[in-house]
Amino acid sequence: MDLNQIVFGVYPYIALATLALGSVIRFDREPYTWRTGSSQLLRRKQLMAGSVLFHLGVLMIFAGHFVGLLTPIAVWDALGVSHGAKQMLAIVAGGIAGVFALAGGALLLHRRLFDPRIRANSSFGDTAILIILVTQLILGLATIPVSLQHRDGEEMVKFMNWAQGIFTFRAGAADYVADVPWVFKAHLALGLTILLVFPFTRLVHMLSAPVWYLNRRGWQLVRTRRVLPRRPEPAAPVYPNTPAVRPSTPAQQLKAAE
Amino acid sequence: MKVRAQIGMVLNLDKCIGCHTCSVTCKNVWTNRQGVEYAWFNNVETKPGVGYPKEWENQKRWNGGWVRKPNGKIEPKMGAKWRILAKIFANPDLPEIDDYYEPFDFDYGHLQTAPEMKAFPTARPRSKISGERMEKIEWGPNWEEILGGEFAKRRADYNFEGVEADIYGQFENTFMMYLPRLCEHCLNPACVAACPSGAIYKREEDGIVLIDQDKCRGWRMCVSACPYKKIYYNWESGKSEKCTFCFPRIEVGQPTVCSETCVGRIRYLGVLLYDADRIEAAAAEPDEKNLYQAQLDVFLDPFDPKVIAQARADGVPEAWLEAARHSPVYKMAIDWKVAFPLHPEYRTLPMVWYVPPLSPIQSAASAGALEMDGEMPDVKSLRIPVKYLANLLTAGNEPPVVQALERMLAMRSYMRAKTVDGRIDHRICERVGLSAAQVDDMYRYMAIANYEDRFVIPTTHREVVEDAYDMRGSCGFTFGNGCSGGRTELGLFGPKKRSRADTPMEA
Repeated sequence: MDLNQIVFGVYPYIALATLALGSVIRFDREPYTWRTGSSQLLRRKQLMAGSVLFHLGVLMIFAGHFVGLLTPIAVWDALGVSHGAKQMLAIVAGGIAGVFALAGGALLLHRRLFDPRIRANSSFGDTAILIILVTQLILGLATIPVSLQHRDGEEMVKFMNWAQGIFTFRAGAADYVADVPWVFKAHLALGLTILLVFPFTRLVHMLSAPVWYLNRRGWQLVRTRRVLPRRPEPAAPVYPNTPAVRPSTPAQQLKAAE
Repeated sequence: MKVRAQIGMVLNLDKCIGCHTCSVTCKNVWTNRQGVEYAWFNNVETKPGVGYPKEWENQKRWNGGWVRKPNGKIEPKMGAKWRILAKIFANPDLPEIDDYYEPFDFDYGHLQTAPEMKAFPTARPRSKISGERMEKIEWGPNWEEILGGEFAKRRADYNFEGVEADIYGQFENTFMMYLPRLCEHCLNPACVAACPSGAIYKREEDGIVLIDQDKCRGWRMCVSACPYKKIYYNWESGKSEKCTFCFPRIEVGQPTVCSETCVGRIRYLGVLLYDADRIEAAAAEPDEKNLYQAQLDVFLDPFDPKVIAQARADGVPEAWLEAARHSPVYKMAIDWKVAFPLHPEYRTLPMVWYVPPLSPIQSAASAGALEMDGEMPDVKSLRIPVKYLANLLTAGNEPPVVQALERMLAMRSYMRAKTVDGRIDHRICERVGLSAAQVDDMYRYMAIANYEDRFVIPTTHREVVEDAYDMRGSCGFTFGNGCSGGRTELGLFGPKKRSRADTPMEA
């Protein structure tokens, strides 16, 4: 098995499996650690612009990659979008979003490395993931000049085939990207690494993006430990001479208390 | 009518001596940890002053509380839900830690390890956040203690609205009072409304507002939404924390730590019954000055047979109904009307109430004569302007505050006549609209303030809602997983590792 096969054929599955399993385990086992880790309270400066630019940019990039890579090529063809047009769209929209995100990321990284308060309270993971993300943004933007060399979009189709091959468990998906320029390979490999470390970093907060809030009826939340009235339970058969059993559910306890 | 019960609190500011015992005991129990060392779930401010954090009452700056929209509905001052979500990447309404104060410690170790020197070694301050030397401490949690600092800065106090404040900068006219503050455990909490994760909730059984630490994701909208700035972002754990009303103590019938340790016996805890169906209308009252009365209308008479019947139907335990009939909070807030909610204009319907302080008679010294209103000194001549108290307690509505102060003065006159002259003066009581029996009660509760009169707390009915057998051998109140502090040697997740444990829990 050659290196290309390992990095683009095997590694994606390791990364995706770790992403899924790790996130689930962390969410279940360590809910107290599941947070954004915001440092705005400690230093407002550079965060206001940095964080907004970074997040907006990254969200656009994320959506672009998701739709761009995983939508079957047949769908694009059916919509009448040529490969070249799709590539230009990716270059322009991705480029703008990338510049946004990189500007924000640079502000945030500067703040994290050089603000004494933030630096003193950054874990290895906080700093490392930010460096990785900024590097990935730079790599991503660095692919644009290469892409401009071949505007027919066939290079991009390779990545779509690769990504869709990975998700549909097709053997030999890695072969699609065997001969692309190194900058793409670096971008792909680092991207997979981000998925790999995802559950171990603060990135997990994106899984908790509180979009459901918009759907909340009214404003207030009340919790009760009282047993609320519920559907009457089906009458249990009565067996004579059964030893008394400790009631287990609250409803049974109430019934037993009556 | 939907009857609910809540444990409320009254603080009798007339007796507060500003000793900070409540703050210190609270801190020792709840916030003696890294990340919340700057947080005081209970703090005592000297008023007038901008307070802690700076200018917390100025909602033009912090956007806390609720606003009434032209259509008669209320929404958080931060905006509708999408507006709140739009602030998630960077929240423009969030105070910075310097608005509270940069927490610091002193290099005490240096006193022991310093070499022989010409000058005496000193313990210099060091930031608890960055660990760096702090050359000068600029602000603290109680910087304005006993009117510390220039008047020009304290002049920014929001309660001076409509008061000719400048004369109170003169030494002869100055006045002060203490204001102990904690979470108000509101009936219409803005923090709950603004939490996008749904981590903050009000407990149906006793009305305590809590943050689910496992569900909080640190979006920090609650910090902005709370107009009292009583939610604190733990910068180490990345979660928000707040006053818990010492719920583990309340559940077993004990007073909160701040109430228990109050040396002035100014704090009262008791049950109030309220109609949950009336909350929305009360919070949306069009005229701010009527908000105090609107809130009073939410509460229910615990002696009314109809209320009792409905409360039973709604599942309020019998012990709670009994406690409601003996509630000191009900007596002071609703029966005698001497206690008021703090800043009702925020429309959160707060449940920690304050008895306004009497103050020395201002004109007595200068004029040589007291302005008397019959036999009682006129409350208008008290040193603390009534308007100031009204801005603090009734959204600027003076008559209720005047009545409360008059009732407290009447209680003094009445007791003086009773104990010194040996006569019961019904006239004094009638003039302030009370009966002699009520004034006797007021004296018992407010002046004598016995422990069992101050704290009437029914225990939680654990036997109904919780199987204590399953909780045997568990750890009680902890963060993280079960008995761990949420941080293990081999932990892959979680915040920055520290070399030593800070709390006994982590040891």
